[in-house]
Amino acid sequence: MPTLHCYLLLAALLFAIGLAGALTRRNAILVLIGIELMLNAANLNFIAFWRFGPHPEVLTGVLFVIFAIAVAAAEAAVGLALIIAIHRHYKTAHVDQMDALRG
Amino acid sequence: MTLAALIFALVAAVILGGAVAAMAFRNLVHSALALAVSLAGLAAGYLSLHAQFVGFAQILVYVGAVAILILFAILLTRGDEPGGQALFSPGFLTGAGIALAVFAVLARVILASRLVSAEIPLAPAPSVREIGQRMMSEDALPLEVIGLLLTVALIGAAILALREKPPG
Repeated sequence: MPTLHCYLLLAALLFAIGLAGALTRRNAILVLIGIELMLNAANLNFIAFWRFGPHPEVLTGVLFVIFAIAVAAAEAAVGLALIIAIHRHYKTAHVDQMDALRG
Repeated sequence: MTLAALIFALVAAVILGGAVAAMAFRNLVHSALALAVSLAGLAAGYLSLHAQFVGFAQILVYVGAVAILILFAILLTRGDEPGGQALFSPGFLTGAGIALAVFAVLARVILASRLVSAEIPLAPAPSVREIGQRMMSEDALPLEVIGLLLTVALIGAAILALREKPPG
């Protein structure tokens, strides 16, 4: 039976992979994918603590993750709309070229 | 190796393999599809942790909506890409080093802590009815706030991506 440590290490590794991608890739959409991976790692953490914690019948972990999934979906939608709008202006999705606050 | 350990190893392999592929592929579409695989692996992980509703919500929302949304955004911003982009950009070592440091700190903390007691609680069986009742009674406020947030995000995203009419 995999213990809590196994799931926490898995979530930490997933978080690190998402962080590495978000920091190194130069396309805005890939940065967003990295952020989504980090959010999912946090959700996995919540569910692991809920499952192995002392009171799993209280359902707090499950509800928090449901709300976190909803928030992450909303944030992904707005982020991608931003990228589309910026692409329409700069004609690129390369983050190195989005370096001015006014168009 | 017990069945539970085997299932965990398989799910972890899918999750981490999909994540590494998502962040390492040069082709954007391949990267988004690898992300979808990783998210599906995570849903399998939730199912193995007895969080069935979360697992199905993950498939519905993340794999079914967010991954598709990312694919649409890739489609709409594709026209000017010369074709893939270099993986080893100048900041690669710094970014990877930072991520490695973060993982090292987290792993040290996880392995060095005396977490919850050794006995694992009985597998919980949360029914959707219980989740719904919690959401309608104690967690009604977060539910309403999430509804408001999703409405605002929908309207905001539509306005942001709307093609502006030229003046005049």
